[in-house]
Amino acid sequence: MAKRIEVSGLNAYYGGFLAVEDVSMTIEPRSVTAFIGPSGCGKSTFLRTLNRMHEVIPGARVDGKVMLDDQDLYGDKVDPVAVRRVVGMVFQRPNPFPTMSIYDNVAAGLKLNGVKGKSELDGIVETSLKGANLWNEVKDRLPKPGAGLSGGQQQRLCIARAIAVQPQVLLMDEPCSALDPISTLAIEDLIAQLKSQYTIVIVTHNMQQAARVSDRTAFFNIAGTGKPGKLIELDETSKIFTNPTEKATEDYITGRFG
Amino acid sequence: MTSIDDVQTAAVGVSRRRRAISTGRRGDKIFRGAALGSGVFVLVIMGAIAAFLVWKAIPALQANQGSFLTDTEWRANSDPPRFGIAQLAFGTVMSAFLALLMATPVAIGIALFISFYAPRKLADGLGFIVDLLAAVPSIIYGLWGLHFLVMNSDGVVSFLNTYLGWIPLFAGENVGGQSLFIGSVVLAIMILPIISSISREVFLQVPTPHIEAAQALGATRWETIRLSVLPYGRSGVISAMMLGLGRALGETVAIALVLSTVAGINWHILEPGGNTFAANIVRTFGESGEIGRSALIASGLVLFVITMIVNMAARAIVSRRKEFTE
Repeated sequence: MAKRIEVSGLNAYYGGFLAVEDVSMTIEPRSVTAFIGPSGCGKSTFLRTLNRMHEVIPGARVDGKVMLDDQDLYGDKVDPVAVRRVVGMVFQRPNPFPTMSIYDNVAAGLKLNGVKGKSELDGIVETSLKGANLWNEVKDRLPKPGAGLSGGQQQRLCIARAIAVQPQVLLMDEPCSALDPISTLAIEDLIAQLKSQYTIVIVTHNMQQAARVSDRTAFFNIAGTGKPGKLIELDETSKIFTNPTEKATEDYITGRFG
Repeated sequence: MTSIDDVQTAAVGVSRRRRAISTGRRGDKIFRGAALGSGVFVLVIMGAIAAFLVWKAIPALQANQGSFLTDTEWRANSDPPRFGIAQLAFGTVMSAFLALLMATPVAIGIALFISFYAPRKLADGLGFIVDLLAAVPSIIYGLWGLHFLVMNSDGVVSFLNTYLGWIPLFAGENVGGQSLFIGSVVLAIMILPIISSISREVFLQVPTPHIEAAQALGATRWETIRLSVLPYGRSGVISAMMLGLGRALGETVAIALVLSTVAGINWHILEPGGNTFAANIVRTFGESGEIGRSALIASGLVLFVITMIVNMAARAIVSRRKEFTE
């Protein structure tokens, strides 16, 4: 069910401000692609264009093309809501629905998709929580509020919620930046498992993390404040971190930049 | 995005009070004294009002030949005085409750429309107009209710009576005119702006991550509202409803103008009649004697107690599912 993403000539704007300029890239299915780069370089903005979450911000818009296999996500008749049902997303800060139980959090997306049967829901909730390596920790307290879990557990709950609807692609926007090292490790292990089924794109500020979890790495950079972010280089992770083609990439990963 | 979230969760809805730690500095002491003084002052005022009402009510309660709680007639000025609050309590609670029932869905609809559906410019204008409704003096609502609503509501009233007459509340032979129903409609319009503007504020403060959680799952706008906005705003909306209910319970002039005095408890709200504590006080206080006034104050005491019970019930509802909101 994982699909290939092909982006060509994509620009993302906030009102009149061009935040991301002319990005083209191919993201392979069943692989992990990491986006790295300095703050403000547009990597999160670009990530959010891949499930049309960018445009929920007032004034934000996108031009260019994003193909999910053979479907253009920005086509005329494409409903952004439908796009988000096949391209799941996990955010920087764990954001389980605070008023819902653990069970209902995982079932939320399924209910939106019209899954009603109790036994069907039970099954998918269990599979998803197992898929997110959370089942053993929460199986005895499914009716308890999701907000009562620890930060790392909440983030895995959010991942369970995202994979419960069986998306084609899973986008992760700095999913570990609010977590401690042990929870981070748990999420990274999970990413390694999930890539056998999903196309995963992860934004991270942590270069070791990018090196650990990803197959391919994209480096974004920005020429200066107020200038648009650009994709500098996308290649095999091992190549980016040992022998990058671009000077800017090498400067960034070795800590010499600016 | 995240820092806004922090500020908002700290500021909204949840009562996470911290004990102030006194450092012994003079500024802290002064501030502590001022805060304590304000808190105590409120309690003193509440206590003084209650004591005053009880004190003034005692002579009438002692002279009363009827049953204060169950009699439906108010003859505090006859000799011997006979009066009971049953009709007043019924009219007050029924009209306020009906008003809340009518106003809440509309108010929430307006609040949701302004905060999530309307284009920015329209939203600002509409919000302003709704707030203006709150600034209209209640006597104006009363006059409008009496001279417009009572005159022009026959169609609606007979429709309700004909087609929904199987509901006991809408039954009755002789519907129309200055009924409890019309009084409730006027009250509903009066409490609409309070409920709507507080709900709007609460909805606007829903943290972005909660909204994006729903959107990223592929929720439509309505589904986002149902998943993220309404649960988050729930306690705020209930508080707004209670403020509205408080105003409806205590509303005086408008309801005194609209209702016509017919004695007795009448469950047929479409028929003329009905009375409330506040309306009864404002209509009869001027021509009452010593005992009559004392009796009215006793009824005011009951209104005071009812309002307090309503507020406490609201607090209980708000805190019941606290586990899920913090």
